[in-house]
Amino acid sequence: MIIDLQKFLETERPCWTELETILLKLEDEPNWQMDLAQLKHFHYLYERASADLGKIVTFASEPETRHYLESLVARAYGEIHESREKAARLHLLQWFFQTFPQTFRRHIRAFWLAVGVTLAGCLFGGLAIAFDPDSKPVLMPFSHLQGNPAERVAHEEQATHDPLAGERGGFSAMLMTHNTQVSIFAMALGATWGIGTILLLFYNGVILGAVAVDYILAGQSRFLAGWLLPHGSFEIPAILIAGQGGLILGGALIGWGRSTSLKNRLRAVAPDLVTLIFGVAVLLIWAGFVESFLSQYHEPIIPYLYKIIFGLVELALLSLLLGKSGASDPSATPVTDSLR
Amino acid sequence: MTPSRVSTLIIQTPEGIAFSLPLACPVTRCLAWVIDFACIMGLISVVSAFLRLASLISLDLGRALSIVAYFVLQIGYGIVCEWSWRGQTVGKRLLGLRVMDTQGLRLQFSQVVLRNLLRIVDSLPAFYLVGGVVCLLNARAQRLGDLIANTIVVRHRKLPEPDVDQLLAGKYNSLRDYPHLEARLRQRVSPPEAGLALQALLRRDQLDLKARLDLFEEMASHFRALVVFPPEACEGITAEQYIRNVVDVLFRPRVAAKR
Repeated sequence: MIIDLQKFLETERPCWTELETILLKLEDEPNWQMDLAQLKHFHYLYERASADLGKIVTFASEPETRHYLESLVARAYGEIHESREKAARLHLLQWFFQTFPQTFRRHIRAFWLAVGVTLAGCLFGGLAIAFDPDSKPVLMPFSHLQGNPAERVAHEEQATHDPLAGERGGFSAMLMTHNTQVSIFAMALGATWGIGTILLLFYNGVILGAVAVDYILAGQSRFLAGWLLPHGSFEIPAILIAGQGGLILGGALIGWGRSTSLKNRLRAVAPDLVTLIFGVAVLLIWAGFVESFLSQYHEPIIPYLYKIIFGLVELALLSLLLGKSGASDPSATPVTDSLR
Repeated sequence: MTPSRVSTLIIQTPEGIAFSLPLACPVTRCLAWVIDFACIMGLISVVSAFLRLASLISLDLGRALSIVAYFVLQIGYGIVCEWSWRGQTVGKRLLGLRVMDTQGLRLQFSQVVLRNLLRIVDSLPAFYLVGGVVCLLNARAQRLGDLIANTIVVRHRKLPEPDVDQLLAGKYNSLRDYPHLEARLRQRVSPPEAGLALQALLRRDQLDLKARLDLFEEMASHFRALVVFPPEACEGITAEQYIRNVVDVLFRPRVAAKR
């Protein structure tokens, strides 16, 4: 036998126990900060356990100690060699007004691509409904959009009772969760090299364009703007940002012109994707409230002009947030691993 | 061509030490998911029962809260559990699985969120078909979410420190009275045979009485045949004690034994 197992175990066991105690503390208290002396000692214990593993590997007849040491070294390795930034606790306002818009701007080209694809879809849907009105059931498979827009507007404006009475909260919650799910889906479809995201954005554009042209041709532009702008000024950009996330993911998978490995590309974009999707969720919560409590009420209850102004103000504020917010502090945390 | 499946992920540290992480197989992961699904349903039932109280104030409010709670629990269960329990959910805990970074590094929040959000694609078109197929084709049994988030699922056993008290008895060893036979025993016993004897002693408490007696009897007769010690060296000692003496001879050099 190459080594004296008893002596080896007797000498080294206290170090392993100490290392395990530190690891347990680190696992139980993720925010525990070691001082320099503790760090040095932790590193020393890790290196000693690694050396012990190196010795015991040659000692083929003692698998139990080897497995134990392997598990110990594996756990310590993750803590010692983790070089990615362990950011401070999340500050919600700072995250929303700095990190989120900064992340959005960092990938602005993906956003413009998402806008372009959606606009292409809008153009297709609009032209299709303009030249072939019979395609309505295919382009807009929603029962409430099948009728004549003018008739719907007349019906809505003459309504004597509140159609959402006693259901506004539930309707609002349903909108928020459904739209968030669609957004997650749009981002997740980036895993298909971005193809799925592009198709989803295009399809959304087709519906949007078809609805818009249908109402414009029916002379209901004011109703359309008053109906869509209050919630659409947040909801549509939110879906576009989710699409931006999907395109970023697709881009990382394809890796055009980048010399880094696939793993590193994905590691680099992961925090940004999470930032974007959480930002989208916040926008959609607001959009859900507005759609349920404002968008569904028309003249004479709320003048269209007020709704249009409200929507335009929202759009301006969102543009300011995404375009300017956090611009003065370029050093702010670029990742969302502060979300803890 | 699909890469061949591996059961362990070997990680080489900068210190030149390699350690292995045993990968979880798709079937175990599927079972863990079933348990997690049951947990989510259970949580939804409990939360719904509480939210009925909100319905007493307003039916609309109760309905809204139920919709949001259902959504948050579905999406958030995996994220919250894996983040707070360092890569484990209830199902993974029960089946001894853990999500880890592919390089053995600490799991980041973004990785936990991404792998859970990507479930929406992995679960397409139904019953995790996409995720299951990708997992089966992938050498490291990663589903789509794992590939994107750079994570793997490993079998995680919290190993106790090896119980070597069985070796450190410090009792009188009759075999040591015959140094030349002791040396011959060391020479003739192969490392796997020595390891087997050591493991038998370390795991003796896991065996029931009859199995333990049979095992040690069989092993003792094997070692007795390898080197024949005089009868007085073996008289009055059980088969298990004989193996203990053999292991003592094999794993403790003479100098160490005299200390």
